[in-house]
Amino acid sequence: MFLSARPFAGGIHPKGFKELTEDKYIDRLDSPDHLYLNLQQRNGAKLVSLVEVGETVFKGQLLAKGSSDMAVPLHSPVNGKLEAIKEVTSPHPAGLKTSCMVLSNNGDPRWGEDHRPCDFRQLTPEQIIQKVLDAGIVGLGGAAFPTGVKLRLARQAKVHTLLINGGECEPYLTCDDRLMREQAAEIVSGVQMMLKALGAQQAIIAVEDNKGEAIAMMADAIAELPQISLKSVPSLYPMGSERHLIKAVTGEMVPPGQLSTKLGILVNNVATARAVFHAVRFSRPLIERVITVSGAAVEEPGNLVVPIGTLVSQLIAQRGGLKVDAARLVAGGPMMGQALPSPFVPTDKSIGGVLALTESELRQEQSHACVRCGSCVEACPMGLMPFQMAAYSRVSDWPQAQHFGLDNCLLCGACSYVCPSKIPLVQYFQHARGNLNAQRSMRQKSAHARELTQARQLRLAKEAEAKKAAKAAKASKRKRPARRRAASGGEE
Amino acid sequence: MSKMLALASPHTHAGTSTTRLMYIVAACLLPAAAAGVLYFGLPALIVLASCIAAACLSEWLCLLLRRHDWRACMDGSALLTGLLLAMSLPASTPWWVAAFGSAFAIIIGKQVFGGLGHNPFNPAMLGRVMLLICFPVELTDWRAIATPDFADGEIILSAAWQGIDAISAATPLYNMAEGLSLVELVSGAHPGSLGETSSILILLGGLALVWLKIIRPVIPVALLLGLGAPALVAHLIAPESFDSILHHWLSGGAMLAAFFIATDLVSSPTSNKGQWVFGLGCGLLIWLIRSFGSYPEGVAFAVLIMNAATPVIDHYLRPAVFGSQSAHLQ
Repeated sequence: MFLSARPFAGGIHPKGFKELTEDKYIDRLDSPDHLYLNLQQRNGAKLVSLVEVGETVFKGQLLAKGSSDMAVPLHSPVNGKLEAIKEVTSPHPAGLKTSCMVLSNNGDPRWGEDHRPCDFRQLTPEQIIQKVLDAGIVGLGGAAFPTGVKLRLARQAKVHTLLINGGECEPYLTCDDRLMREQAAEIVSGVQMMLKALGAQQAIIAVEDNKGEAIAMMADAIAELPQISLKSVPSLYPMGSERHLIKAVTGEMVPPGQLSTKLGILVNNVATARAVFHAVRFSRPLIERVITVSGAAVEEPGNLVVPIGTLVSQLIAQRGGLKVDAARLVAGGPMMGQALPSPFVPTDKSIGGVLALTESELRQEQSHACVRCGSCVEACPMGLMPFQMAAYSRVSDWPQAQHFGLDNCLLCGACSYVCPSKIPLVQYFQHARGNLNAQRSMRQKSAHARELTQARQLRLAKEAEAKKAAKAAKASKRKRPARRRAASGGEE
Repeated sequence: MSKMLALASPHTHAGTSTTRLMYIVAACLLPAAAAGVLYFGLPALIVLASCIAAACLSEWLCLLLRRHDWRACMDGSALLTGLLLAMSLPASTPWWVAAFGSAFAIIIGKQVFGGLGHNPFNPAMLGRVMLLICFPVELTDWRAIATPDFADGEIILSAAWQGIDAISAATPLYNMAEGLSLVELVSGAHPGSLGETSSILILLGGLALVWLKIIRPVIPVALLLGLGAPALVAHLIAPESFDSILHHWLSGGAMLAAFFIATDLVSSPTSNKGQWVFGLGCGLLIWLIRSFGSYPEGVAFAVLIMNAATPVIDHYLRPAVFGSQSAHLQ
């Protein structure tokens, strides 16, 4: 019995389904008639439109921005007109409606402005970061954290290593794989720019070993760059998780509840690196991204370059439509992606995959009670006990759920994937997390209210004192002349 | 609500199912059970049938009374309990004793705690211990083997095989002086519980479970170590009063316990560390009971005692949270 050298404890080998799309060149989506740009971001930040309804917009024009750098600006992916700003169903699984800018497209593919190439070596790190911020780039791996903010914080934390995530461990998804095969040079240029922005010494591009061609292409692209190295890591879900990639590449572990910058490491996705290249080199904002369209229900699975804000239905239509009924549409990968409420929702910057899954591909409903088989414990990459967390979440015992590791959970779904009773463990965790968040904000609110009340009481007390003092002063002032008057009266 | 449940990620699944798990375990037990029938004849078959039937029937009845889906009585868990109990009984056990034990295992051992997944003790072992205490005579009535003869292409079934005129004998654990050969111990051609004698078939079935990743090898290895280490030392010091390590491993229910009983999913710890402690504890207790106790066999007691310790083990021996041993903790 040999113990295989695992880069980290736990993890699973889900069935990949990557063969559906991995050998097809990235296609460009036919220019869509209408685009729907969400004015509310994933992190809740709201943007304000800078354009009036009815105004003409050009490709690359800044359309909306927020009040801070956490709200990344939105740019027009097409030439056309702002038709309306209205409530449109968002990709959120609950089908919430959010305020969207509706653009019509005149089909002209040219950029509105001349984007002269610029040599990043002439720029200061601050200038590079500003360009990334202005381009509205977010992490394209799925979390959608503003990249400019990330770079700035990492620069302040003095990171020494930039780790480029080419893990793509989610089944079905091949957009990063294809990008590495087809645009290796652009990715590597983006990496060089980020290195300069960070002031870091080295960059390591980590790719899962099931992507041989991507590794070969990336190796070619970095050939004469001593600062950048390439590392093949075992394919093991969730290799794309920041913590696990760092462990697999450097052997070091990020302590629970801390950020990787503590180790002097920053992780960015390959697609993000390419977006940085376009932003810095050509001052081009992030207006499109590669999306994998896959699943057994799709006629012709493949990868597409899609303008931000395109309806999901158009992506599927371009790949030949559905050949059988899709039991579920998913935005993202099947492990961590979200179910889509309808095909008529727009994609955003964070969506890297659109899956149309048939009934046979889906996880069925829970079939048995937990038999404590421990499969979830073995699968958990964070070393938690998912079945205990779920049992306590089920009875709303949040402190116990936290005791068993709820706060450290990645929601990666490895536990639920292997559960023979098909218990929806992740749902329990999301539910528990939601409740804990609500409690936390409630506590913050009441603490804030308490502070305000205390401040008010303090102010009232101060005012009362001041009044008293003023009264006393007045009284004493009045008294003295009165006495004087009395005295003088006496004299009279 | 059920629709909402299905919408949560992950949207894909490995395709394993609890029912499949149970039937695979049962299938891996079948060769050893078949060997039992070969050696001990029709009475063994009757014990097997009555245990399994009683287990499934009582499961069905309980599910019906608890207003659960009664079809779950065929999810394999009750069948497995019945099968395991039967294999740990002597072939001579009267059918009604076997059936009673099996019903007890399901009703008291499992359903009163809330059914599948909620039982703190291994139901089969609970049933066996109850029978051993209530029916000591029937439960220790070991029979000599009565393997059919295969001569001239004909199968000759002895009267003993047909259960008519069986010969009583002692199990190797009672009487070590009798000295069984290694071949007899391994093949199972010696008196004992009907499904426990053929160590080689149990071992093969167990290895199949490990290979199919139904069970992790931790508990079997730990149990055999926990039993083997003290046996080795004691036998080296005083070979007259202590059995050899091979004798301990290959006789009685040790092999069955290591791969099929102690590895019961529900009543064993879930973490790796916990499984080591659990397995070692089971092994050590088996050796202690066998060597010093008044009962010849200690598997059932050992497993039940360690089952009782499982919640404590699970509480204290948890896996390390990723990053908690990081060099960057400060």
